Amino acid sequence: MSLRRFLRRAQWDRERSEEMEFYLRIETDENVGRGLPYDEARAKALRKLGNRTLIREEIYRMNTITLLDALAGDMRYGLRILARSPMFTAAALLTLAIGIGANAAVFSVVNSVLLRPLRYPKAEQLVVLHQDAPGAAGLANAADGLALSPSMYFTYAEQNRTFQALGVWIPGTANVTGLAEPEQVRTVSVSDGVLQALGVPPAAGRWLLPADQIPQASEPNSFSGRSSTVMLGYGYWRRHFGGDRSVIGRNLTVNSRPRQIVGVMPRGFRIVKIEPDLILPLAFDRGRVILAGFGFHGIGRLKPGVTIAQANADLARLLPVWMDTWSNGPNLNGRWYENWRIRPTIRPLKQQVVGNAGSVLWIVMGTIALVMLMAYANVTNLLLVRAEARQRELALRAALGAGLARIVRSLLVESVMLGLMGGALGVVVAYAGLRLLVAIGPANLPRLNEISVDLRTFGFTLMLSVLSGLFLGLAPAFRYAGPRISAALRSAGRTASVSRERHRARNVLVVAQVAIALVLLVSAGLMIRTARVLRTVEPGFTGAEHLQTVRISIPSSLIPEPQLVIRTQHDLADKLKSIPGVTSVGFASEAPMEAEPPNWDNIFPEGKTYPGDVAPLRRFENVSPGFLHTMGARLTAGREFIWTDIYGLRPMVMVSENLAREFWGAPSAAVGKRLRQASITPWQEVIGVVQDVRQNGIQEKAPEIVYWPVLMRNQFAPNGPPIAARAVTFVIRSERAGTGGFLNQVRQAVWSRNASLPLASVRTMREIYDESLATTSFTLVMLGIAGGMAMMLGLIGIYGVISYVVSQRTREIGIRVALGAEPGALRWLFVRYGLALAGAGTATGLAAAAGLTRLMKSVLFGISPVDPLTYMTVPVVLIAATVLASYLPARRAAAVDPVETLRAE
Amino acid sequence: MPRRESPLQSEMLQGTLDMLVLRTLVLGPAHGHTIAHAIERGSEDVLQIEHGSLYPALHRLEDRGWIASFWGTSENNRKAKYYRLTPAGRKQLSVQTTRWEQVVRAIGRILKPATE
Repeated sequence: MSLRRFLRRAQWDRERSEEMEFYLRIETDENVGRGLPYDEARAKALRKLGNRTLIREEIYRMNTITLLDALAGDMRYGLRILARSPMFTAAALLTLAIGIGANAAVFSVVNSVLLRPLRYPKAEQLVVLHQDAPGAAGLANAADGLALSPSMYFTYAEQNRTFQALGVWIPGTANVTGLAEPEQVRTVSVSDGVLQALGVPPAAGRWLLPADQIPQASEPNSFSGRSSTVMLGYGYWRRHFGGDRSVIGRNLTVNSRPRQIVGVMPRGFRIVKIEPDLILPLAFDRGRVILAGFGFHGIGRLKPGVTIAQANADLARLLPVWMDTWSNGPNLNGRWYENWRIRPTIRPLKQQVVGNAGSVLWIVMGTIALVMLMAYANVTNLLLVRAEARQRELALRAALGAGLARIVRSLLVESVMLGLMGGALGVVVAYAGLRLLVAIGPANLPRLNEISVDLRTFGFTLMLSVLSGLFLGLAPAFRYAGPRISAALRSAGRTASVSRERHRARNVLVVAQVAIALVLLVSAGLMIRTARVLRTVEPGFTGAEHLQTVRISIPSSLIPEPQLVIRTQHDLADKLKSIPGVTSVGFASEAPMEAEPPNWDNIFPEGKTYPGDVAPLRRFENVSPGFLHTMGARLTAGREFIWTDIYGLRPMVMVSENLAREFWGAPSAAVGKRLRQASITPWQEVIGVVQDVRQNGIQEKAPEIVYWPVLMRNQFAPNGPPIAARAVTFVIRSERAGTGGFLNQVRQAVWSRNASLPLASVRTMREIYDESLATTSFTLVMLGIAGGMAMMLGLIGIYGVISYVVSQRTREIGIRVALGAEPGALRWLFVRYGLALAGAGTATGLAAAAGLTRLMKSVLFGISPVDPLTYMTVPVVLIAATVLASYLPARRAAAVDPVETLRAE
Repeated sequence: MPRRESPLQSEMLQGTLDMLVLRTLVLGPAHGHTIAHAIERGSEDVLQIEHGSLYPALHRLEDRGWIASFWGTSENNRKAKYYRLTPAGRKQLSVQTTRWEQVVRAIGRILKPATE
């Protein structure tokens, strides 16, 4: 049997018919020639030829692939059946489209975020050089562990045996001038080895090479020397140069210094999570590098076959080498770092990139799958009802000789077709759903805006459609294709006899639906409670929507003198303050929740000693006078900095309330006390205590913070030049924050002082605050939608079952009414039925929820996964809703007119 | 699915009809009507076949590549489908004829003693 013949069989049939027609004509002609009248001649010819249809069929069968043919027949039949009940088909298709579409949408997110988040060649070899340092308390809390210092990089890169390539990098910003408006751009500075490890070839030009990493001159106060080359990110290249390849070799003014463009990275290139505008060489200055400076992220590519454990052992072996090779200064023993108990804990890059986005996504995926199951339960119910109505037809087909397999097949073909059509619509739903997801998705989902419906998603959707179809078709197929022909034929058309068995299937479905709805509603309830708890948390600032933030950095190449930097920032603050409607202005190295890389210092309070002279690391911020006041952070004791403190380089600090309590027991006791960074650095006096600020996001505990002034003496070289915070966030309190006119005035104010200063991260505190809540809001919205859908589906399910039962029992109700049953008692009869279903569903659901909500722990805040309030409210609401859903059909039952129903039978 | 038996579908007769068709075409290309009548007349009307059953046979033979078809014009100017023998068909005919003669001889030897 060839497929070619199979496809050409209609043509064959035509040809053979033509041939036989020709035979008939000749034969008729001959008969006429023998003297017969035409009609008789034709009849005789027909007899001679035999049964034409039979012959055609025989030839047709020779050309047929039986299975395909039967399938086509089933499909035609299925389509006819579906077209004949448009309401059912529409309802089923809509449900399937939403179910499949929602799953496809979430799948494509999971696919791009969790299954293939890394677009590097042989990404499984890529690792992040994470290190633990339990001895450096304070750092242990930081998710990033102990970052690498430049000296560590040199030791690791030059002496390891397990890496193909290894390097360190650090994100930052730079000011680009000379191209239209000055712009602050996102940069990543890389050492040699980073691009080599990632292994993504440039789109144009070349990578940064070892020669680019050789410092051409020293820079003050920096491990990095001066370098003169730069690579462009794809987006930046498109935006500013329109993708012109001739930019290679041209100069770009970065932080007021020309750099030669040597290459462009391709679209979508990221260094871990960051998509940089510019990639700069770190150009470490070997002569100035010391042991400390733990601020660099390490990344490496393992040699083929090397395990993470082997690489950890390799780096652990190099740690003593590092301590002995480098120094923090004369008379300082490098072995001091043994106190920190540094331990390499290398992680796969994928783990670092995906992070905890995984748990949120799996919750969403699970939720959506549950809703789909519920939707399917409803469709199955519809199919069951319909199959019941079609019992007579099926029985007739069986009686005419259709085998069991044949009927099951035709039922399955029908539902698979339903599934495929639903799937096709589902792709449309998925596109729309993705738009929605991308719009409301939290920012910490990696590569969220690149998510799209790809081939894999199509494959998934197709599979889902076929499986859904099979799954949906199985229930009616098994139930009704069975050998109960005579019974079916006899009982069909009568409403009185309904087997209990059929109810059972439907009841189980409804109970399952209620249970699923309960799980989802409890989850949504927990998220709502979380959101409410979060709203009551005091973030450490007030009136977030009236706080405008803008980040401005002054590179040393633009203004070298630290005092002048502060003078300029002070002027900027004054100019901003003179904008109409501004009540106060301040600036700091970072505004709360901004997610800038944190700064850490050892802090020793006076009178306290630590074993091994290792103090816990504490977070520090540099703040200007008026910053905390502008933010609305309460001063619990003492006073804020004033400008005289700053310019006078007075040795003063402020501390957070929790730090004051830890060191001195009470905020008021802290004022006048002293602390320092090391035994060799001068004491600093505490002048004020500030309320705790949720620096890392509203859900994270407020860290202990030391507030340094924005300009201070170099603690390790008190006679050298002071140190200024060059990259700061200005906060401006104004009723007009966020409006276009206001932002224009802000820009003008900054540029009237210095026209080459770009403004970056222009936001209101409200936006920053909301962003830190994005994961919670996203989960809340998703669970809310899913819970709402689930509840609707569950109620529809209950409503449907009760209605059906009422319609089946009309006769019985009629008799009851005729015998004098009270309407109230009749209503109660059916509401009780609904309540029983809801009760069983709720009990099952509560048990399931208690187990499942534990998985949500990471997204909950301030409440337990078995929060009693939620667990009490949700069942009550759900049961109340069920009572309503079953009351409606019950009322119909009570209104039955006995005369009419009994006559109708 | 159950298959219905057509009168000439039993294997032996099917083979025989194929052979007869091939034999007829040795004389030159012919269309279905000619072939049917040639077989009937050649057998002096002993082999009364339904002429229609010829067509599945033609279809099968063409499918196996033993005969080829082309559209031509008949004696009385009608468009007709002609069949001709292919080299493979010619070979097949001699194979079948040989085997047929063997069978006939064998059956003959078995039957003769019984009639004596």
